[in-house]
Amino acid sequence: MYSEVVMDHFKKPRNVGEMKDPDGVGEIGNPVCGDMMNIYIKVKDGIIQDISFQTFGCGAAIAVSSMLTEMAKGKTIEEAKKITNKSVAEALKGLPKNKLHCSNLGADALQLAIRNYEDKKAGKVRVKLPMEDVHTHTEGDLCKCPYCSGDVDQGLEFCSNCGREISDTH
Amino acid sequence: MKVTNLDYISANPLLPEVRDAMIEAIKKDYGNPSSAHSLGDEARNILEKARERVALLINSPSPDDIVFTSSGTESINHAIKGVAFANAKKGKHIITSNIEHNSVLKSLRRLTKSGYRVTSVEVDKNGLVDPANVHKAITDQTILISIMHGNNEIGTIQPIKELCCIAREKNVLFHSDCVTSVGIMPVDVQELGIDLISFSANQFNGPSGVGGLYIRKGVNLWPLIDGGGQENGRRAGTENLIGIIGMGVAAEFAHQEMQSRLSHMKKLKNRLITGLKEKIDDIIINGHPELSLPNLVSLSVKYIEGESIVLMLDEEKIIVSTRSACASGSLRASHVLLSIDLDYADAQGTLVITFGKATTEDEIDRFINVLKNVVATLRDMSPLYKKSNT
Ligand code: FES
Repeated sequence: MYSEVVMDHFKKPRNVGEMKDPDGVGEIGNPVCGDMMNIYIKVKDGIIQDISFQTFGCGAAIAVSSMLTEMAKGKTIEEAKKITNKSVAEALKGLPKNKLHCSNLGADALQLAIRNYEDKKAGKVRVKLPMEDVHTHTEGDLCKCPYCSGDVDQGLEFCSNCGREISDTH
Repeated sequence: MKVTNLDYISANPLLPEVRDAMIEAIKKDYGNPSSAHSLGDEARNILEKARERVALLINSPSPDDIVFTSSGTESINHAIKGVAFANAKKGKHIITSNIEHNSVLKSLRRLTKSGYRVTSVEVDKNGLVDPANVHKAITDQTILISIMHGNNEIGTIQPIKELCCIAREKNVLFHSDCVTSVGIMPVDVQELGIDLISFSANQFNGPSGVGGLYIRKGVNLWPLIDGGGQENGRRAGTENLIGIIGMGVAAEFAHQEMQSRLSHMKKLKNRLITGLKEKIDDIIINGHPELSLPNLVSLSVKYIEGESIVLMLDEEKIIVSTRSACASGSLRASHVLLSIDLDYADAQGTLVITFGKATTEDEIDRFINVLKNVVATLRDMSPLYKKSNT
C-alpha cells in the first residue's frame, strides 16, 4: 500500500518526541479522521536548528511527520514556510489518494509552529488558532475531497470526482 | 518465520479436506446440475449432497430450505429486499439494530429511498439489544425485524431466540445475519424459531464466493436474481458447484468438530484476554464479557492508532484487523464502536483479533509479546500518551 520511503520513515521515524523549551509549537487535529500531530521547533538566527514531532495517527501520518522534520531541519524560516503538503508527499514518493489529507496535517502543523514562533517573537500571547484558520477547508472556497483530493463543491454530499460520500466531513 | 494469522474474519484458511474436495471436483469437470442428461444427474446429486450437509449444520428441517448464494452479503440482500418487496402491501416498516453489518444497513438505506421506514434499535455499552425496545418499536406496519447474531467487530451475541419469540407473537418475520456464528458456534434454526438466516462458507474454513440463506417453509419473499429455475426458483443462475462442494465439506467438518473447536477457541480466548490485561496497560476489551463469539476479541489500545499497529505487527509476520477510521476506506470511525459509546480516540486504536482451529497457544503468546513492544514504540510517539501521564 505504501511506498518504500514511507515504510522506511514509518519504521524508523526521525526526530520523534516532545521538545524541552521549544521556540514554537504547532498542534493540530486531523479534520478527516480525527488524529493529531504536534510539531516543535527551535530557532536560532532565523534558522530551524532543531525540530521534533509527536503523532497520533496512521502509518502515513507518522511518515509525513518524520519526513517533514527532515525537510525543515536546517532551513531558514522563510524556506520552511515554502514546505507544502505536496512537497512532503513527493519526497515520500507518493501517498495513496485517501491518505493525502495526512500530508495536509503535517504541513499545517509546521506552519502553525512557525506562526507560533513569530508571534512569540513579536511579543504576542500565544493564542491557539482554530482549525479553520489554517486548513484550506474554508467556507466559500472550493474544498478538497479527502479521498482523491479533487475539488468539491460546497453542499455536495458526494465528491464529483471519485463519487465517495463526504457529507460527514463537510 | 511462519505468518501468525489472527485475522480469520477476513481470511479464513481453507481446510485441507475442503481444498482437496474442490480440486477433485475441478478435475472431474461436472456438468450443469440443470441438464437432463447423465452428467447433469451426477452434478445434481453432488449439489444436493452439499445442501444436506449444510442443512445438518444449522438443523434445517429440510435441505430444501437452503438456498445457495454467492456470499453472506448476497444472502442478506436477498432476505431483506426479498421480504420487503413481497410484503410491501402489508406494510413498509422494518426494525434493525444500530450495530449491523453494512450489508444490512445499506440494503435498508436503499429501501428507505422507495418509501420504506426503518427503526434502528440502540444497543447498550456491551453491544446488547434490549428485546423490550424491539417490542416497543413494532407497529402494525412492521413486516420484518433484522438483527444480527454475533457482531463482527465486538463479538457480542444477541438474544435471538427471545427476539424471534416477540416477532412470532406479533406476526412479523425475523431475519438474522449469522455470518459470524454459523459454523463457529451452534446455530439451530428450529430451536431459535427463526424465519431467515444468512451465512457464508468462508467463515468456517470454506471457500469465498459461496453463501447460504435459510428460508423457513412458508416464508414469502421475492428472489433477488431472476432467470432460470435453479434453487427451486429462488435464485436464478447456474450454481457455483465447485464452491458449493467446498461449502458442503466445510459444513460437515464444522458440524462434527463443533464441540472440540469450541473448547479450543474458548481456551485461546481466555489466554489472550488474560495475557493482554496482564502485559499491557490502558486497554479496553470491548463487547459483552460472556455473551460473545468464542473466536473474536475486540481490543482498544489507548493513545495510539490501529493502522500503525497493524503495519508494525505485519513487519513481525502477525496479521490482525483494525477498526480505526484511518484504515477504513471511508476514513470514518466504526459505527459499531461509536454505538457502544467508545471514545472516538479509543475507537482509533481498536483491533479485531480472530482465530480458529489451527491457531496455537504459542501463537497467542507471541502475539501478546510482540504487541506489547509495538504499543510501547507507538505510545512513545503519541502526543496523547504524554498528556495523559502528566
Ligand atoms: S492520520 Fe488518519 S488517515 Fe492518516
